Amino acid sequence: MSQTTIDPRSLRTPPRRPLRLSWSDERVRAIVWQILVVGIIGAIVWWLWSNTVHNLEVRRIATGFGFLSREAGLPIAENLIPYSPTDTYFRALLIGLLNTLKVAVVGIVLATIFGTLIGIARLSKNWLLSKIAGVYIEVIRDLPLLLQLLFWYAILQGLPGPRQALHPVDGVFLSNRGLKLPWIEWQDAHSYALLAFALGALFTWFYRRDAIAKRIIDGRPRPVWPMALGCMLVLPVAIWAAAGAPWTVDWPELRGFNFRGGLNMSPEYFALLLGLTTYTAGFIAEIVRAGILAVPHGQWEAAQALGLRPGQVLKQVVLPQALRVIIPPMTSQYLNITKNSSLAVAIGYQDIVSIANTTLNQTGQAIEGIAIIMLVYLSISLSISLFMNWYNARIALVER
Amino acid sequence: MPQFGPSFMRTMGAAALGLALALPGVARAQAPAANANTFDAVRARGQLVCGVNTGLAGFAQPDSQGVWRGFDVDYCRAVSAAIFGDPNKVRYVPTTAQVRFTALQSGEVDVLSRNTTWTLSRDTALGLDFAATNFFDGQGFMVKSALGVKSAKELEGATICVQPGTTTEQNLSDWARANRIRFTPVVIERLEEIVSAFVAGRCDAYTTDVSGLAATRSAQPKPDDYLILPEVISKEPLAIGVRQGDARFADVVRWTHFLLLSAEEFGITQANVDQMANDPRPEVQRILGKNGELGKMLGLDNLWAVNVIKAVGNYSEVFDRSLKPIGIQRGPNALWTGGGLQYSPPFR
Amino acid sequence: MSDITLNASAKVAEAVPRSAPISQVGFVGWLRTNLFSGWLSTAVTLALGYLIIRWAIGFVDWAIINAVWSVPNNQTQACRDLRGTGACWAVVTEKHRFILFGTYPYEEHWRPALCIALFVGLYIVSAMRRFWRKELALIWVGVLTLIGVLMWGGVLGMPYVPQERWGGLVITLILATFGLALAFPLAVLVALGRRSKLPAIKALCVIYVELIRGVPLISLLFMASVMFPLFLPEGMNIDKLLRAQIAIILFAGAYLAEVVRGGLQSLSRGQYEAADALGLSYWQKTGFIILPQALRLVIPPLVNTFIGFFKDTSLVLIIGIFDLLTAGKTAIIEPAWQGFGIEVYLTVGAIYFIFCFAMSKYSQSLEAELNRHRRH
Repeated sequence: MSQTTIDPRSLRTPPRRPLRLSWSDERVRAIVWQILVVGIIGAIVWWLWSNTVHNLEVRRIATGFGFLSREAGLPIAENLIPYSPTDTYFRALLIGLLNTLKVAVVGIVLATIFGTLIGIARLSKNWLLSKIAGVYIEVIRDLPLLLQLLFWYAILQGLPGPRQALHPVDGVFLSNRGLKLPWIEWQDAHSYALLAFALGALFTWFYRRDAIAKRIIDGRPRPVWPMALGCMLVLPVAIWAAAGAPWTVDWPELRGFNFRGGLNMSPEYFALLLGLTTYTAGFIAEIVRAGILAVPHGQWEAAQALGLRPGQVLKQVVLPQALRVIIPPMTSQYLNITKNSSLAVAIGYQDIVSIANTTLNQTGQAIEGIAIIMLVYLSISLSISLFMNWYNARIALVER
Repeated sequence: MPQFGPSFMRTMGAAALGLALALPGVARAQAPAANANTFDAVRARGQLVCGVNTGLAGFAQPDSQGVWRGFDVDYCRAVSAAIFGDPNKVRYVPTTAQVRFTALQSGEVDVLSRNTTWTLSRDTALGLDFAATNFFDGQGFMVKSALGVKSAKELEGATICVQPGTTTEQNLSDWARANRIRFTPVVIERLEEIVSAFVAGRCDAYTTDVSGLAATRSAQPKPDDYLILPEVISKEPLAIGVRQGDARFADVVRWTHFLLLSAEEFGITQANVDQMANDPRPEVQRILGKNGELGKMLGLDNLWAVNVIKAVGNYSEVFDRSLKPIGIQRGPNALWTGGGLQYSPPFR
Repeated sequence: MSDITLNASAKVAEAVPRSAPISQVGFVGWLRTNLFSGWLSTAVTLALGYLIIRWAIGFVDWAIINAVWSVPNNQTQACRDLRGTGACWAVVTEKHRFILFGTYPYEEHWRPALCIALFVGLYIVSAMRRFWRKELALIWVGVLTLIGVLMWGGVLGMPYVPQERWGGLVITLILATFGLALAFPLAVLVALGRRSKLPAIKALCVIYVELIRGVPLISLLFMASVMFPLFLPEGMNIDKLLRAQIAIILFAGAYLAEVVRGGLQSLSRGQYEAADALGLSYWQKTGFIILPQALRLVIPPLVNTFIGFFKDTSLVLIIGIFDLLTAGKTAIIEPAWQGFGIEVYLTVGAIYFIFCFAMSKYSQSLEAELNRHRRH
């Protein structure tokens, strides 16, 4: 964004004229226009609203959110918090929301990593690598995401059944029932350790900020890593050990029809994650490439001339400048991943849209169901926007 | 350089207006109101609008030429033949499970011939009436024979494929709870997706109406690899829906169904309908309009029955044309005389 | 810098002979600089080359050598016997007309085919800068009207075809093109409104844009399919294709508005001030000075947004409208053809790709062309 210097003279407002009730007065016209537009739109909304109310009455369709406390009766395959079909619609929708967040958050992280790698590959001096990255970007971006999801899902279903599961390493099984990994049996000690880690990370962050501030004053470097090690590794491990060091690994094994135990990643989740990641990575790669190219070559050379090591050049000089170009379009890609995760409904991953859709089918309350979907996505979009705006403001060029 | 002339805004405005006008007839504003007389509206329009499935083998699916075919489609054709004497005055509107009731309520379709289960809550709370049960069905399970499962009770811990938003899903939950069976659902809305998921082995069992299971099974290259389990866990009377409070139109639909049943009962077929007019049995004569004014009582042509049977044949012909090839047996859909549930009140 | 010393002294004579400098030109030189410039680069090249060749051989085997191209009378046994070692293109041979035209009456397929040709022609004409003038808007109106007449018929001896029977590629093109054409005027108004000084109008535009951009298209399509009928007065009813089209227009309008707003913002203040200084009214200023310049700037992002809509129209699958993707999926419901999804997806994907790739290449070249004068 170009920052134009504003001539102070242009900020002087002309002397206010008294308001005359005449069409030639600009302010009168402005008010009339606004009343007109708002009136028309208000009338349309009112008309639609009254039609809706009338139709709901005539067709005897129930209204209100009372159904949320009724028993849902719908089975859900993947749930982060306990759920059974006897629970309420509210809880079912909550599970759906958590499933949406699960795929969106993981998708954002993976797409960022994968997209950055491809963006760098696109800039590689190796012709073959750069061409392949280019073809990938072009093909992925020119096919509908829905088609890609269906395609991935069809491929994943082609994997062997659970009894013939691929078994590369002990405890890891890959079949058309998904990916099974061993996982520790979760106990309270683990939760405490995790909590200690989070607090430690927060403390380290404050400590680092403080250390940098002090270094600016007296110029003495203060190493952060001993503190980080202590807070983020030693302390959690100590707490875990103090709680008795529980360590039982939950190995997946084939029992009956399916694998029991361990950590499971279903094909639906996997296909959705794969589709979202590869699709969005194609867009992120272009953003990253543009961001890196936007840093003038002179900046690299100047940094090297100052005697900075390659890592320092990247971290201290290039990245801060590239990020400024990258962050705003990246935000909209993150929003896209979140919104595109709604395509889950086509391949049977039970996200918020899928569950709200089933709910509105069963209760017949379309307005409430769609309102819930929209509200959820609006809140998520708003949160991501706010966070990214905050981050963008933090890294923005500070101008005098 | 592009040349946007000075009258650019005006042209843009004209273009927008022109485009808006270029969409005439898209909005059909004169569809029958929720409680108005569908029968007269259909007559006046000269066309029956029939809501069908978006694609279900045997019941409703477009063929390679894009012509709709199937059991439910033949019912649309039969009603059209009854009203207009011509089975082709039908417009088919494919409806998903989600929008089917809305489509009927709002007047987008006149009749819903789309494998819809007749339940009390649908009959009362959704503003529609069920005219006739044209297919008796029930929910069952299908597994791969190689799995070695012989009964649904053995499905403890299995992964089960089920379509969401239908009665099937809730029946499954109820059944599992009643039998204390834990299962992992795979919930996919589109039929072809869920079938391919099951065939690929994504789930151990697939549950839907038994007719659907049979259709899916027969469609497989080796049907013997699949087994339909003996348990039927629900009643699924698939019925034709019309708007509530529209008794006259409902009568026409209902008696068209009964006509197909009676025709089978009396041996009237597509081929012999003209000769049957000379049949001495009084009920046959009444049905075919030789005697009495039954057609007029329905507000139809007195030869309506001849038209319907010429168009689609009797119930067994309709059944055999669409459902027999995909391996569905008559079972409960045999006539009452053959030990089934299909029973027509007398034409009198 | 240079290792080569021209003055041959006695000491140098003892030096071992050197190999010739690495060639920087010619094919070998190109290979050296671009593929084998170091051990890492060489390793990457070899690994990738191996994978690509392996994959390409496998694909050719599957798609061409072992493939079945047609079977008589829906007898798909030949295809089934392949057991995945070859493609069954017979499904495409048999169903291609269904995939392209859906349930449109078979004898009348020339009409949607002509419409597809008209759409492509319209895109090509719009892409040529020679035609970037006000008449282009009239061409659009004319062609879109013609397409409407062709599809519906009912005149000139063409039988009437209701839009429930339309389907396939033409639906995709209709949804995307009419979506763009009708969303564009809306988008211009909203973009102007969002930059307006009138608080009420600005607020309305901001709410509209942010509301639509904050929710997924699916939720709007759901709304169109299950909620629109409730919005209308009793007895009034609009077709579901039109309902989906309205949802796409509302959706496209919000995104296009942001694109147009970008163009408005990139104009220098001087343009606004100069127009004010000339005493032009708001609409004169906008129509004569601002929009002609701003819209020219946004054509490349506009094409990119259009590519997005073109792909997004595939979501109507979820509400059961027969677009290209839905037609492709419906084609494999018939029992004889079940299980040949990959072939159909590849075909459908290829059609989408051709359209999107052409448009994205065009947009890239246009961007380069429009930016050329800025470089100097």
